[in-house]
Amino acid sequence: MLGRLSWAAFPHEMIVLGGAVSMVGAVALIIAALSYFKLWTWLWREWLTSLDPKRIGVMYGVVGGVMLVRGVIDTALLRTQQALAAGDNPGILTSDHFQQIFTAHGTMMIFFVAMGLMFAIINLILPLQLGARDVAFPFLNSVSFWLFAAGAILVNVSLVIGEFAATGWLAYPPLSGIASSPGVGVDYWLWSLQIAGVGSLLSGINFLVTILRMRAPGMTLKKMPIFAWSVLGSMTLVAFAFPILTATLAMLSLDRLLGMHFFTSEAGGNPMMYINLIWAWGHPEVYILILPAFGIFSEIVATFSRKRLFGYMSMVYAIGAITFLSFIVWLHHFFTMGAGANVNAFFGIMTAVIAVPTGVKVFNWLFTMYRGRIRFATPMLWFMGFVVTFTIGGMTGVLMSVPAIDFQVHNSLFLVAHFHNMIIGGVLFGYFAGFSYWFPKVFGFTLNERLGKYAFWCWIIGFLLAFMPLYILGFMGATRRLDHYDASLGWQGLFIVAGVGVLVILMGIGFQALQIIVSIVQRNKHRDTTGDPWNGRTLEWSTSSPAPAYNFAITPKVESRDPFWEAKQARGKTLPLQHATKEYVDIYLPKNTPLGIYIAVSSFVVGFSVIWHIWWLAVIGFIGVIAFIIIRSFDEDTEIKISAAELKKADAARLALHEAAR
Amino acid sequence: MHSIRKNFKIIVSSAAVGLAVAAIIAITRGHTFAVLDPQGAIATQQRTILIIATVLILVIVLPVIAMTFAIAWRYREQNTKARYTPDWDGDGRLETIWWGIPVLIIIALSSVIWTSSHALDPYKPIASATPPLQVQVVALPWKWLFIYPEQHIASVNLLKMPVGRPVEFTITSDAAMNSLWIPQLGGQVYAMAGMNTKLHLIADKTGNYRGSSANISGTGFADMHFIASAVSSDDFATWATSVQNSGKDLTQTSYATLARPGTLPSPDFYRATDATLYDTIINKYMYPAGTPPDGGSMEHTMMGH
Repeated sequence: MLGRLSWAAFPHEMIVLGGAVSMVGAVALIIAALSYFKLWTWLWREWLTSLDPKRIGVMYGVVGGVMLVRGVIDTALLRTQQALAAGDNPGILTSDHFQQIFTAHGTMMIFFVAMGLMFAIINLILPLQLGARDVAFPFLNSVSFWLFAAGAILVNVSLVIGEFAATGWLAYPPLSGIASSPGVGVDYWLWSLQIAGVGSLLSGINFLVTILRMRAPGMTLKKMPIFAWSVLGSMTLVAFAFPILTATLAMLSLDRLLGMHFFTSEAGGNPMMYINLIWAWGHPEVYILILPAFGIFSEIVATFSRKRLFGYMSMVYAIGAITFLSFIVWLHHFFTMGAGANVNAFFGIMTAVIAVPTGVKVFNWLFTMYRGRIRFATPMLWFMGFVVTFTIGGMTGVLMSVPAIDFQVHNSLFLVAHFHNMIIGGVLFGYFAGFSYWFPKVFGFTLNERLGKYAFWCWIIGFLLAFMPLYILGFMGATRRLDHYDASLGWQGLFIVAGVGVLVILMGIGFQALQIIVSIVQRNKHRDTTGDPWNGRTLEWSTSSPAPAYNFAITPKVESRDPFWEAKQARGKTLPLQHATKEYVDIYLPKNTPLGIYIAVSSFVVGFSVIWHIWWLAVIGFIGVIAFIIIRSFDEDTEIKISAAELKKADAARLALHEAAR
Repeated sequence: MHSIRKNFKIIVSSAAVGLAVAAIIAITRGHTFAVLDPQGAIATQQRTILIIATVLILVIVLPVIAMTFAIAWRYREQNTKARYTPDWDGDGRLETIWWGIPVLIIIALSSVIWTSSHALDPYKPIASATPPLQVQVVALPWKWLFIYPEQHIASVNLLKMPVGRPVEFTITSDAAMNSLWIPQLGGQVYAMAGMNTKLHLIADKTGNYRGSSANISGTGFADMHFIASAVSSDDFATWATSVQNSGKDLTQTSYATLARPGTLPSPDFYRATDATLYDTIINKYMYPAGTPPDGGSMEHTMMGH
């Protein structure tokens, strides 16, 4: 009846039990609070069923933020183990548990933190920047988010019921095959990524079409904000790379479930094929994450230098070059697999070539600052931190593009330090910068600057403490993923320093949480009544903060790259923008619907029951997915109208408010 | 007052950096920086390339970091004396320069990549008057088996090698994927079930060098390390003879016991008279139920080899 599921699946070990209990406790607490304050209806109507990309963006951000906390707690456990477990000291974790935690850490951080925060910012800002009212496919957007959330929940369920994979975050076979990993861990990994991955693919297509079809009149591609260009590059990669992930995960599932031989060592299967395929997705994935961060920094540097972005077309070509090149470098993740010198050299050179467009971007940012008037608000601090960490990470990355060097640092802690340099110093710093930059646009008040700066300093100092020792450890011959080591190697001191670094990063996260709380408490003091707290340049700053559900009362008309800035220069500070139509017209917005949630819940049921071999439930879940899609396709009543009169009234109120603020 | 505070910040941060460097030197003193302290020709060349590439990249990275702070400082909003050109958004010549400089550096680096990939191809035999010592490596869960087909011996978690003589490793795995890495001699190549990979290394000085698996392969992964012991050729011969005279035989049966998952606290030694053992280990992954077809090579060959 319940397949492989039994009482044995629930945690027995102290630390696992602690994790499970605290997670269940937190969920129970949230449910209790929502019930006590009678917030369920509000939550359901205003948020969970909303198709407004700004609401969906906030929900992505919440999931991403919560997962970030879990991912960092994982790190704290890992580094505590490594700081202790020299020589005879067993530390606090068993090998198996340690391996599950680093697998969960990587999975969590890439799929549910980085991807989550990325889609948060794209949802919140992209339509506004394009002068659009919505994304191309609002319902699909909701489905994407809920599939993403279902995947995230599935990973966390593994903490309470069963176990997680102990294979590393990319689960190479044959280790991830049924013979070496017979438990449910790898299945949890497979199905949570499969479900979230489909969500990401749908999002990618959605934003791709949004950029190509939904831009305001006059906004040619060459007048589009550079953030939109970076999202265009990133979403192109999503559309090409995520199907590879889906197919690869499906084949590994078939190997495990039905005894097929795609990636086994026996019977004609070939694990090397898996490694090629997973990196054919995995390498573009890195650029999927970093490109929007580049876009965010481009917006921030121009705004806070109060100067046009330098070398706009160079930036566009650089994004294009990176998008293309990121698809022909995947083999650099396994120079050590025994390909010939010619093959290795080709992929090595292609990898090094990526440094050219990336370097050009850095120079363009610097020359945007040159002869500017730079204001060092929090977003700009993140940029400065980014330049330093990212150039260090870029340097170690180029070093590893040389196969002869890679042979000596591959899978060592040097590699671990390198990619954290890129993912934390590049991706995460970029998203944090975007968070503090666009927060007032989303919530209508600015964040506390002082706490934001404390958070930044903790992150950058913690980052350096946590990862610079790892470069040294790599040179000392320390490989990644070791749960213990000989005391005589002299690694312990450096692991302790790295552990202290994690604590400092945790303080940074603490300051970020505190910053949000304090800013909410003081929100009336820091209201953004102008809609333009930073003296912005692009369209999102021309509407009120928070932006109304319809974004713009009248669709703007665009004649230049910095339309809002130009308008402010040209007309002083009155009615700042060109409009596409003279008068207000009726508009239609998508109606809320819970069907996205229902589809995701059904997918979750499919995933969970396949993991535990509860086949009848899997069939029910699958029928649910199909049924809800059919129900939606027959729903004709999907829009609500906002009349021109209503719009005119609301807009007059907004303009009066802006006028008063100025 | 303001300038004192500013200087104070600079003093405190330089003191912090100095302390950090001193602390790192203190806690790592007396320990081996394996990658930077090569004891064989391959690792030495790999380190040379590491240094060349680092210098090449620093040529661009250091000025960028310096420029970042210089520009940020000069054009801060408090400095109203600095020139401000809000509409200046491009300059063909400047942009050509910073497309050009990285291109030149990457061309230089690409030639390093091309030549070093060929010169240090792990499959390439090391030029030497003496023919290489043959060692067949089997990654087991979670220990390393080294078979010496010419000496008819095998050792587990101890790799004896004569100093100054190239070693040709033929590598496979009878478990999950692993990676054979001896940082002071050079590295590193994957060990994969059903497949042969190759690695050529040489030790220039006698000594004990740590080797390990660099790829996660299951619960006992952290214990999958061994000592590569480079000794004089006489000592190597003596050692080989002593192992030949030791009691245990590595047969299909004793191999099956050894191959069971588990770690091995101290090295173990065998006579290895069965010359087909290594091929058997590979071939059992080739066809269902171990039924090799008649004739033909039974090894997967790798791309480009």
